[in-house]
Amino acid sequence: MLIKSTLNEFIKIAAKPRSYLGLAAITVLVGVILFALKADGMSFISFVTASFEQTLTFEGNILNGNLVAFIVLQMLVIHIPLLVALVTGDLVSGEAAMGTIRMLATKPISRTKLLMSKFVAGGVYTLLIVIWLGIMAVFVGKVIFGSGDLMVLNSDGLVILQEADIGWRYIGGFAVAFLALLTVSSLSICLSCFSDNSIGPIVTTMAIIILFTIIGTLDVRVFDNVRPLLFTTHMASWRSFFEDPLPVAQIKESIVILVIHNIVLILISIFKFNRKDITS
Amino acid sequence: MDTTEKMIEVNHLSKRFDSFEAVKDVSFTVNKGDVFGFLGPNGAGKSTTIRCMLSLITPTSGDVKLFGKFLASHRSEILKRVGCIIEKPDFYKYLSAERNLEIFARISGVDSNRKDIHRMLDFVGLNGREKHKVSGFSHGMKQRLGIAQSLLHNPDMIILDEPTTGLDPQGIIDIRNLILQLSREQNKTILLSSHQLSEIEIIANRMVIINRGVTVIEGEVAHLLNAQELIVRMEVNDVALTLSLLKEEFAQIIVQREEGNVLHFSVNRNHIPDLIKKCVARDILIYAIESKRKLEDYFIQMVTN
Repeated sequence: MLIKSTLNEFIKIAAKPRSYLGLAAITVLVGVILFALKADGMSFISFVTASFEQTLTFEGNILNGNLVAFIVLQMLVIHIPLLVALVTGDLVSGEAAMGTIRMLATKPISRTKLLMSKFVAGGVYTLLIVIWLGIMAVFVGKVIFGSGDLMVLNSDGLVILQEADIGWRYIGGFAVAFLALLTVSSLSICLSCFSDNSIGPIVTTMAIIILFTIIGTLDVRVFDNVRPLLFTTHMASWRSFFEDPLPVAQIKESIVILVIHNIVLILISIFKFNRKDITS
Repeated sequence: MDTTEKMIEVNHLSKRFDSFEAVKDVSFTVNKGDVFGFLGPNGAGKSTTIRCMLSLITPTSGDVKLFGKFLASHRSEILKRVGCIIEKPDFYKYLSAERNLEIFARISGVDSNRKDIHRMLDFVGLNGREKHKVSGFSHGMKQRLGIAQSLLHNPDMIILDEPTTGLDPQGIIDIRNLILQLSREQNKTILLSSHQLSEIEIIANRMVIINRGVTVIEGEVAHLLNAQELIVRMEVNDVALTLSLLKEEFAQIIVQREEGNVLHFSVNRNHIPDLIKKCVARDILIYAIESKRKLEDYFIQMVTN
């Protein structure tokens, strides 16, 4: 029954125009960034290279597909949650708003399975968004800008990663980015269980992300103990894959915290959804 | 020994939403093969009771048994045998009728193929509309589609919550005929909620009336709507003379109230011709005489209040 219900969820997501909004937005946003970098990319990266030019000489294709993909990811990963929440925040509350939740809840499928099918479908949609972002950023970037070594500026300084050493880092980076976005998906579905309108959970998800991001970036001691526990702190952990040496412990910690967030959000959703009086 | 199979048993059901008690004490029984009228004015607690019967709402107290099993402990098993429409049927507007039915069939525990779905759409008079999006459907078409989705898994029992609300007269007749067809040809047990006594009278064989969250009366429709016992409203020129006549000649008549020249009393239908004759014999002028069945009068009072 879980599989059948999940198939239903895929059909519903595929039929909703808003589901394609995320894919279209990524296409347009990445397209704009690629166009801008193609038109005037060298002056853009000269901000980074200028401070090293007295000590280092840069040769070869610096502005290559790998660097472009990195820039795209850095620019967009923080904005993608809105595109994910736009669809996943509607999965339960949208049914309540439409009245179809009444019909679903009178069928011989448990509410837990009904909800889990929405989590699975939301997860698959999130994966599609991440894959599309990967295709647009890495593959299209390489087609337009060619390949080459990746130059990354992080807190420890300039890291240059060889071309042959980059592929697995992108796979790892995208996997952690997916886990972070999956947490956004779980959060919005969880909020969706508490609401009977479509907009509320989407707006609340974004408000929580903004609030947590502010708490995470505010250099105030009172938040020191909270900051490592916020999922937003670990949303940028994909970047850790582009450090040398690889901060394995830090990546593991991020993965554990994001997984715990997902489990807790799913459990809260199941608890709430099973006890919810469907009055809409 | 009572050998009638009980399909629904609602026992002392109550439901409180914060400080508001939507259902206080509702009890009734539906037998196999019944077309059971669930009657009450708007706000009586019908929809809340039905939602409790379908596990949409958890009752505050009391219990619901369907097919002899407690809903709370046999939910999936029971719901496999129930088809329903709660208030208005809502569908995925962006999907076609066919796709909507596929979705509901899939989680109803049956593997309905396209042929079954088309047959069902044909049964409810929506043939040719299979590929049309529900967003373009009228209210009547959605009601028909709702009935189709409630029948997809061939349930033993169908629960319809105000299925004719918002329909035009022809739509009401069509839905009514569809319900009668399901009862007579497929021997389905049907619970039909309504706030219109006339509708229940035409379709149902048994009924319960609830008001303000409490069961008022339950029984056979023919018995409850006894056509012999009437409430009469009679307008005369001389009330005092008429009261004296009633006292002398019709001791069994109880006058309920007087309003100017109008008397309200209950009487057996067979006594009315004699009453008119004797009024004429005593020169009492009758300007108007209207009769209503007792329960009908009571129900109209409930709705009016």
